[in-house]
Amino acid sequence: MKITQLCVFAENKPGHMVAPCRLLAEAGLNIRALLLADTSRFGIMRLIVTDPQQAAKILETAGFVVKPTDVLAVEVADQPGGLAKVLEALEGTSINIEYMYAFPFGREGKAVLIFRFDNTDAAIQQLQSAGINLVGSQEL
Amino acid sequence: MRNGKRETRNAKRAAAMSVAKHVPVVSPQPISALDYMPRPELEQLQLHRLQAVIKRVWERVPLFRTRMNERRLAPEDIVSLADVAKLPFTVKTDLRDTYPFGLFASPMEDVVRLHASSGTTGKPIVVAYTQNDLDTWASVMARAMVCCGLQKGDILQNAFGYGLFTGGLGYHYGAERVGATVIPISGGNTERQIMIMCDFGVTAICCTPTYLLHLVDRAESMGVDLRKLGMRFGMFGAEPWTEAMRRRMEAATGIKAHDLYGLSEIIGPGVSTECYCQDGLHILEDHFLAEIIDPESGEVLPDGAEGELVVTTLTKEAFPMIRYRTRDITSLIIGSCPCGRTLRRMRRVGQRSDDMLIIRGVNIFPSQVESVLLDMEGTLPHYQIILTRDHGLDQMEVQVEVTAQMFSDSVSAIEGLREKLANAMERVLQIRVLITLVEPRTIQRSEGKAKRVFDRRLS
Repeated sequence: MKITQLCVFAENKPGHMVAPCRLLAEAGLNIRALLLADTSRFGIMRLIVTDPQQAAKILETAGFVVKPTDVLAVEVADQPGGLAKVLEALEGTSINIEYMYAFPFGREGKAVLIFRFDNTDAAIQQLQSAGINLVGSQEL
Repeated sequence: MRNGKRETRNAKRAAAMSVAKHVPVVSPQPISALDYMPRPELEQLQLHRLQAVIKRVWERVPLFRTRMNERRLAPEDIVSLADVAKLPFTVKTDLRDTYPFGLFASPMEDVVRLHASSGTTGKPIVVAYTQNDLDTWASVMARAMVCCGLQKGDILQNAFGYGLFTGGLGYHYGAERVGATVIPISGGNTERQIMIMCDFGVTAICCTPTYLLHLVDRAESMGVDLRKLGMRFGMFGAEPWTEAMRRRMEAATGIKAHDLYGLSEIIGPGVSTECYCQDGLHILEDHFLAEIIDPESGEVLPDGAEGELVVTTLTKEAFPMIRYRTRDITSLIIGSCPCGRTLRRMRRVGQRSDDMLIIRGVNIFPSQVESVLLDMEGTLPHYQIILTRDHGLDQMEVQVEVTAQMFSDSVSAIEGLREKLANAMERVLQIRVLITLVEPRTIQRSEGKAKRVFDRRLS
């Protein structure tokens, strides 16, 4: 159920995103989704890639600091109220969303959202019991 | 949950320990008799010893002999203490150039111990001790520690590192000679240190000032109030520290914090120390002859004037030092001390002439930055210090290479770490520092002396 997201530290300077992307490209690894968190001084690239283990190894060997994190890929209806339904399933619990971003591909009127929860296991339970579909890494 | 339990246990332990401050039985300390020798007698002793050590190095150490010959000096030319000024200086590079054993004045079979200082230039500096030297060292350390208040019956937590560094073993043998109980815990493993402080009824501690502040922080998070333990005093050194730091250390622990000075090249800790007056450090003058010189001209300065401390060892056998330039800036205090010791005092060393930075009027040492990073991270990350001037105001930036241990996927966690580092820096340095995290391997590595500081204030 859990998806491995890779986080890469990057300084907030022109040209600093190129190197990790190039490394992944050379290894034939595709970036399926990406969120760049930026502050005035540094950024965190959060990546969903086709082979996170191999990608992490390549980036670390090249000297990048990489942190794998568990996230969830949640399927929602690609229509008004789709996201609201997911959030409602979590209402009243202590589960907090650290951050989220959209996955650019959906199927059959569905969209996929990537969520980072403070308590991933509790979120899985809560979402599944509300009948919400979680997408596995194979499907992605 | 587990943390919660530990806190309660520590709090209980702290409460139990607060019942009775352990005060040892006061007994006369004949060990200190030499501290009160009348000046004329002391100076006579110094002269005899000076003549003997000059003769020893002239006969046994090629470097000293060559340098004396160059000045057409023979041991017989030293007829008064003032004649020491005729002798050539010894500097740190002399010790490097003769690495490892070139300055030894005893044959190796008489050397029973080696220590080495961590050099920043790759090769350390090696110092040697005969059995007599170890006895001398134990006796000067014993006197220095008695001067700080150590007595038989005290339980001393020795959190200086044991090993090649002179701190751990220097304190160890000195305290044993006094008859105190030594806990040879060495550095690190902070939570265990605090547990032992509580459980063993520690009455005195010795470590670097930075490490004490680290202990204070950790104790706080464990729910232990160090002021409620039975500790009366501590002895601190091996890095420069300020009066402000002393006040903070004393307030947080309820102990008296004494400065105890020394350096490996001379003997290790035990060259000078504060008494209960905490107003200058009494130099163990029957073993160490101190001068203050102008670091530029090399001229000897009068008492009271600030300059570089130069030390000649009077009794060392294996590794005598003649007019060793310590690079430490201090002055000799005029006038006698209320404690009654006849040993002259030097001001606390706040700076070293070669690596101090002055930022907004505050003296900063790269070593202080290093110790904060080391405390927070456990290992020393690569870092550099960049000084700039913005609208006439000095700014200090510390760039730290991110490690996997520091990195997180959350911005707030990383910002929190930066904030924590900046606060810890401010506590030690007393100025606000900008912490910037940079990508790994972006700070230049160097084979030789690492260049850590980039001063761009003038360009």
